[in-house]
Amino acid sequence: MGGNFTWVMIGCALIGAGASAVGVFSFLRKQALVGDAVAHALLPGVVLAFMVTGQKDIWILFPGAFVAGWLGLLSIDFISKYSKIKSDTAIAIVLTVFFAVGIVLLTHVQQSNYGNQSGLEAFLFGKAAAMLPADITLFVVVDTALILLIVLTYRYLKLYSFDPDFAKAIGLPVKGIQFILSSLTVLAVASGIQAVGVVLMAALIITPAAAARFFTGRLSHMIILAMIIGIVSSMMGVYISSLAEGMPTGPWIVMVMSIIAIMAFIFAPGKGMLQRSIKRKAHQQKVRRENLLKLFYSLEEKNEEQFFSRPQLLRSRRFRGRELELLLNKLTGKGFLFREENRYGLTDHGRSEATRVVRLHRLWELYLNERMNIAPDHVHHDAEAIEHIITPELEHMLLKDLGYPELDPHSSEIPGIKDMKR
Amino acid sequence: MNDFLIILEGSLVAVSCGLLGVYLILRKMAMVGDAISHAVLPGIVIAYLVAQSRSSFFTLLGAAMFGLLTTFMIEVFYKKARIQSDASIGITFTWLFAIGVILVSAFSGNVDLDQECVLYGDIAYVPFDTLYLFSMDLGPAPVWLQAINLVAILIMLKVGHRGFLITSFDPSFSSGLGIKTDTWHYVLMGAVSFTVVLSFNAVGAILVVAFLVVPPATAYLISKQVETMMAYTVLFGILSAVMGFYLATWWNASISGAMAVAAGIIFVLVFAAKRLFVRQQKKESMALVELKSS
Repeated sequence: MGGNFTWVMIGCALIGAGASAVGVFSFLRKQALVGDAVAHALLPGVVLAFMVTGQKDIWILFPGAFVAGWLGLLSIDFISKYSKIKSDTAIAIVLTVFFAVGIVLLTHVQQSNYGNQSGLEAFLFGKAAAMLPADITLFVVVDTALILLIVLTYRYLKLYSFDPDFAKAIGLPVKGIQFILSSLTVLAVASGIQAVGVVLMAALIITPAAAARFFTGRLSHMIILAMIIGIVSSMMGVYISSLAEGMPTGPWIVMVMSIIAIMAFIFAPGKGMLQRSIKRKAHQQKVRRENLLKLFYSLEEKNEEQFFSRPQLLRSRRFRGRELELLLNKLTGKGFLFREENRYGLTDHGRSEATRVVRLHRLWELYLNERMNIAPDHVHHDAEAIEHIITPELEHMLLKDLGYPELDPHSSEIPGIKDMKR
Repeated sequence: MNDFLIILEGSLVAVSCGLLGVYLILRKMAMVGDAISHAVLPGIVIAYLVAQSRSSFFTLLGAAMFGLLTTFMIEVFYKKARIQSDASIGITFTWLFAIGVILVSAFSGNVDLDQECVLYGDIAYVPFDTLYLFSMDLGPAPVWLQAINLVAILIMLKVGHRGFLITSFDPSFSSGLGIKTDTWHYVLMGAVSFTVVLSFNAVGAILVVAFLVVPPATAYLISKQVETMMAYTVLFGILSAVMGFYLATWWNASISGAMAVAAGIIFVLVFAAKRLFVRQQKKESMALVELKSS
């Protein structure tokens, strides 16, 4: 390998960087799969360029690919604009039909006398490991141009991607921006296809952008992060595939990329699945605890008693399985409840917490009734949910707004108001 | 006779795929069909490695399982990780396809699957894959399998027509009625994976999508009812199989590729005719308006 290996590394890293950067825009405009269609649509252009010139030089095939890719894009727009066919179906139609034309041309070339056509298949599966310095030069030119173009037109691309209508309204040349974005996509795909092939090209566009989205909400950061993911996974893919004989490079690049992305989906701070599910569980626990405390409070109100047995609790509220037992143990452990033989009662600490929740509930009911004009018998459900969420600041605002009220719409006492006034 | 068998196989693939494709298009899931057709590859390879034979029950089972896994993964990415649906589709199928290609290369000594066959199949060999029962020559096995599958699909559509229809057009209404929308979804996806795999040997991963999407989309242009759409789909499917076969022999090219191209040509023709017709109608109505106002 030696020198060639370095070239392949550099080539794939460039391709990864270019495709990921462009992919961010496709991703944000919810056109991720258009890249897939363009990749397939390039094939007939490549084969036709070969049939016409009889040469396999990449500088000749590339323009063919570029033109065919553009045609594919235009066809998608045309179909979804001038018929009732939805855009995803239009994408699928263009993808398969263009590709089929490419396959027909390719098999025709293979079975007739067109000289040495071997190597055209490289466009189908990618040929990263067999890249030549001439290919690399093309990637350097194309991908540098791509990134420069993005940097130069960044402000317009950004505006257009987030709000095309606004961009149009303030008089930006929307058609021109659209043209630039489409050309960027076609260029990125046409160069990327060399490394990973037709089918996997979509991954280079979509996957790094989707992963980057999990870490940042800023476009510039997202582009840089996506490019880093693209570069790292391309280089790792090249390295891994060089370890064993006959291992394909493109699939390994996609493999590394997908694993990074899936890790991001699961473990990313904030938006990741794991953290969101932990947060949700924690909130559910909090809701259950607060509901049980509230139950004690309302039982005290009704019964003039302080201690309640489990059957009593079960009669007034439904609990699943061992839920009640676990909750009782937990709250006793935390000092909200204490136990006397088989019965439980609120501690002072527990009572103040229960008072707080009941107060929030009734305050919110009153607020809905007075300020939102919702009937008193319709406010309970909403309050059930919001009582666990209202922060102390919000509570103060509610109290002030409602003038430190004493009674809720059902004429129950709003507890602890006197203490709050201070 | 061989020509007839190839056209028959092509038509069977086109009709089975097309009928399922009608629902894919109505559910705006055309690209999910594309994803499934790619993502079954690792299933085929794994089943092949386990069972050591290519046209076996295991291959079908493995592939169908991966087809369902694909739809499941897309759902998880979309609902649990909250990734927009087009990106979830793209990430899922590229990853699974990459795994498939890596497996093929890793076990290339043991797997009788080359990459090109995966992409565009070899329908020309269909007549030679003969099925023997009690040493009686029953004709080519793929055609038999495909025919049985088509009958199964027809029965499924007949029995489940109302269910598929209502869950396609108004999923929230139908779940409101207590219809299990998810069940219908997975039944359809299971049928799609199964059919895609059956058609895999004949037409390959990418061209099977042409049969799933293009004839139904063509039919969609000119029909207002699901029943008419299905009838047109069957017509266009068979027409593309026949046209494609002669196109391929005339031009010496891949048969399955030519069938997909034929489907594309039919689409373009119908599209253009429809546009002309609409324009004509517009002109006439404009003329009518002018006539009335003058």
